[in-house]
Amino acid sequence: MARQQKKYTEKQLIKIANDIRKDVIKMLVKAGSGHSAGSLGMADVFATLYFSVLNHDPKNPEWKDRDRFVLSAGHINPVWYATLAKSGYFPRKELWSLRKFGSLLQGHPHNESTPGVDTSSGPLGHGFAQAAGMAYAGIMDNKKWRVYSVMGDGELNEGNIWETAMFAGKNKLRNLTGIIDRNNIQIDGFTEDVMPLESLKGKFESFNWHVLDVDGHNIEAIIDACNQAKAVFEKPTMIIAHTIPGKGVHFMERDFKWHGIPPNPEEAEHALRHLRSLGGKIECGDH
Amino acid sequence: MLNKKFNLSKEIFRKNIKRVPIRVGYGEGLLEAGKKDKNIVALCCDLTESTKTSFFKNTFPDRFVEVGVAEQNMAGLAAGMALGAGKIPFISSYAVFSPGLNWSQIRVSICYSNANVKIIGAHAGISVGPDGATHQALEDLAITRVLPRMVVVVPCDSIEARKATMAVAKHKGPCYVRLAREATPVITSEKTPFKIGKAHVYREGKDITVIACGPLVYEALVASEKIKKNISCEVINCSTIKPLDKKTILKSVKKTGRVVTVEEHQITGGLFGAVAEMLASEYPVPVTGVGMPDCFGESGRPEELLEKWGMNCKGIIKTIEKAMNFKTRD
Repeated sequence: MARQQKKYTEKQLIKIANDIRKDVIKMLVKAGSGHSAGSLGMADVFATLYFSVLNHDPKNPEWKDRDRFVLSAGHINPVWYATLAKSGYFPRKELWSLRKFGSLLQGHPHNESTPGVDTSSGPLGHGFAQAAGMAYAGIMDNKKWRVYSVMGDGELNEGNIWETAMFAGKNKLRNLTGIIDRNNIQIDGFTEDVMPLESLKGKFESFNWHVLDVDGHNIEAIIDACNQAKAVFEKPTMIIAHTIPGKGVHFMERDFKWHGIPPNPEEAEHALRHLRSLGGKIECGDH
Repeated sequence: MLNKKFNLSKEIFRKNIKRVPIRVGYGEGLLEAGKKDKNIVALCCDLTESTKTSFFKNTFPDRFVEVGVAEQNMAGLAAGMALGAGKIPFISSYAVFSPGLNWSQIRVSICYSNANVKIIGAHAGISVGPDGATHQALEDLAITRVLPRMVVVVPCDSIEARKATMAVAKHKGPCYVRLAREATPVITSEKTPFKIGKAHVYREGKDITVIACGPLVYEALVASEKIKKNISCEVINCSTIKPLDKKTILKSVKKTGRVVTVEEHQITGGLFGAVAEMLASEYPVPVTGVGMPDCFGESGRPEELLEKWGMNCKGIIKTIEKAMNFKTRD
């Protein structure tokens, strides 16, 4: 039985993404630790996935025909948690307990703690393999549901990612859509300095993937790419979502020092006040 | 005297006792479990024949997944198949690679998620022989035993391996089963009971408790038979390392007051570790270990290596005699 997602307009999705960003900033400042840049950079992708692309039912997280989602880059889970709460998987007030003792929201994703989370991930490279395992089993059982997995670009340094890429290419996992958060930063600096990834598109294409480059802040483009992935029948699809780390908060944008730290209360207040409207294309940094 | 209620092989103390590789029992058990439960799938890393996953593959080609030489990926894929689609994956490779190379995936994707995945570590122990130290898994029990939720089973022969495989298929949650390469004396019979978490007193005695696992259960039984005139050994097949059968071990130790553990593994962290930890808090007595004394192995024939490191019958007797000198509780 397919469930109908409510259809949101692009304008509504932009607003949802902005609400998610605000919640992410509040969560991080309350938690006192966590990853700011990737979480903010992926808000548009998460809003699009959960409010337009995924076939899911927040009131029934274990619905067996749901599309599966695995966050391989477990450290950006503030944006996932904020999106899950916004979708109705759990009350929004839970967000303020992120990373705290007794919270539903562990520092990294854990299936037994959080409604809507199917696996545990965090050590990089692990989630993508689990997503491919789900996709393989889905094809084995002739299921219609699809699997989506978000990974970071720094995460692609892990060997396990390429083992999975080879496996998915070999087995033509057409129901698997990977999304790379291509924000060009990782903890020690810019990805091309730490461990160059280019030509990233060429790498996945040579592993027998269908690869799409999209502007990760252009909601229409993200929807189009996900639809195209559904139409490609002989390959898995990798969407390289070009994002600005820290998107929306001008003093965080493109600065790798924000990869693994939260804003302090003054910075958060400043960020919330200045959170820019985020329609359209990637903006050139104007700071 | 061998404990009659376990219906052990009548050939135990004969030279020509039947020998079958323990991994063959795994292959048979997986096939049988697969026939009973269609959710069972098998993944393998380019070692389908030598792990005997081939029996399953040949009957259920559509439920077999060739992963290539990628053990980390195998563990992750299996976790996803279990968590996202209700499969019961058996993942097999050599123990040095799985759980050796993919421990983090086993820890997080499988154990922390409580994924219903069975990890099969083949070619474990020093008896892998000529391949040398790189391929002799002597640490696998230690690294699996410390993981919360993990069940750890070491079958003593091919028949027990078949039963253990079917038992872990029914158990809900992560399990590790350790297999050996060499043809191993078949000491149990179809009628010998097997249950996860249950150790069995294969030989009753009063002077010392010998707790063994894997192929060395046979060596321990032969050793105890050879010295029976002087020392009365109680020999326990402790095929489940975790959860440890405290009750059976404590009952025996309260009678004998001394323990020798016997395993093809580093002395620290495996069976010795499990038994010593339990006894330290429940009933402290001297415990001596037969196993690898914090060293790496080397190439050689299995019997040469077992001899060098005191893990054969002769070495076990020596350790038992030494242990008899330790002062025990009053």
